Amino acid sequence: MNKIDLIVTNLKKTFNRRLVFDGLNFEIKSGEKLIITGKNGSGKSTLMKILAGVLTESAGFFQYILNDKKVDRENIYQIVGLVSPYLVLYDEFTAFENLKLFARIRNIKMSDEEINQILKKVGLFDRRNDLVRTYSSGMKQRIKYASAILHNPLVLLLDEPTSNLDLDGKNFVDELVEDFRSDGIVLVATNESQDFKYGQNIINLDNFHNIQVK
Amino acid sequence: MKKIYYIFYKDFSSELRMRFAINALIMFVIVAVSTILFSLGSENAPQNVYAGMFWVVVFFSAMSGLSRTFVSEEERGTSLILSLIANPISIFLGKFLFNLVLIFFINSIITMLYMFLFQEFLIKNWMSFLLAFLLGNFGIAASSTIIAAIISKANVKGTLYPVLAFPVLLPLILMLIEITKSAMEGNPINDVEAEFLVLVSYDVIMITASILVFDIIWRD
Repeated sequence: MNKIDLIVTNLKKTFNRRLVFDGLNFEIKSGEKLIITGKNGSGKSTLMKILAGVLTESAGFFQYILNDKKVDRENIYQIVGLVSPYLVLYDEFTAFENLKLFARIRNIKMSDEEINQILKKVGLFDRRNDLVRTYSSGMKQRIKYASAILHNPLVLLLDEPTSNLDLDGKNFVDELVEDFRSDGIVLVATNESQDFKYGQNIINLDNFHNIQVK
Repeated sequence: MKKIYYIFYKDFSSELRMRFAINALIMFVIVAVSTILFSLGSENAPQNVYAGMFWVVVFFSAMSGLSRTFVSEEERGTSLILSLIANPISIFLGKFLFNLVLIFFINSIITMLYMFLFQEFLIKNWMSFLLAFLLGNFGIAASSTIIAAIISKANVKGTLYPVLAFPVLLPLILMLIEITKSAMEGNPINDVEAEFLVLVSYDVIMITASILVFDIIWRD
């Protein structure tokens, strides 16, 4: 059983002269689930990218503490799984090839059977050998979930988790969040009120919202 | 090491299916070498001109193909998933390895075409030429990869690449021309010892500096 904390302190992000958010502080511990909401352009996706370690903050800092030890910035990818609308997988490969490749690059030993299990879980097993470019938007959302849970992450970042998904897909997300590892943390960025059920606490980014820097 | 190999493998498999770079490179080489061949006609240019023209073709073929490794990730939006599955150093070294293999392949074709089509392109000191070929390709791949990473984040990718690459690659190309000229004249390797030292220094500096700055370039 691991223990993970995410500590966000005075986080600020600007794009050129435009301030997205500033003075963002929160803390989340193992087993907790947090909803991030806010108007369009309030910085939900930007915050998700920062917390996934793929975008740098302008000021302040955040850190993941895993079993009382700080996770280095370059190793965040090992503990984080991200699903978002702007995530694009390699469409010249099949779903199976994408996952196999990701497992190899992540240096995870996974058998074909284990990969097939994940594809069954997200409902893509029957189309596993089709190129991703032939998938519908809902199926592409499902393969993003497969890539996010492939390495059994401790931190699950879901940006607009149910977009493009049918009822089956939404039920899958409900189950995934509900059954997510008890020592992990889940952050959900959404504007959909029906997605608020995924978390215990809500942060509204409008309170840290866009002020034009003069 | 495995991560680096699999990032290379991903790019290699992707290239085999999509042909982002290889078709453009081969077409460029054929057009460039044909143009030189037709413009020279039956005239015999001095040997140093052939040495210069050889590396000019290499330089421009690198310009036309090596940026694809990062630009295609940005254009297709796949750079985010790549950031989520590997650390920046592995990504850079995987891409560098891919560009290295690509530049070795394409430069071998250029060398063979030159030897076949130009009687005057006669290498007398193969040891010197092959060492320059090895170090030169390494340097071109290293500098092209980091410049490709920089321009992939810019809006005007196509025009920016040769503009940024020219001053960075110029010292390397000048040394390579000198060594090739010397190899064509059959001079011993000791005669171009200083040029080889510059090549080695260039390669070490480029790869070290690239690894140091890549993290900053890649994240923003």
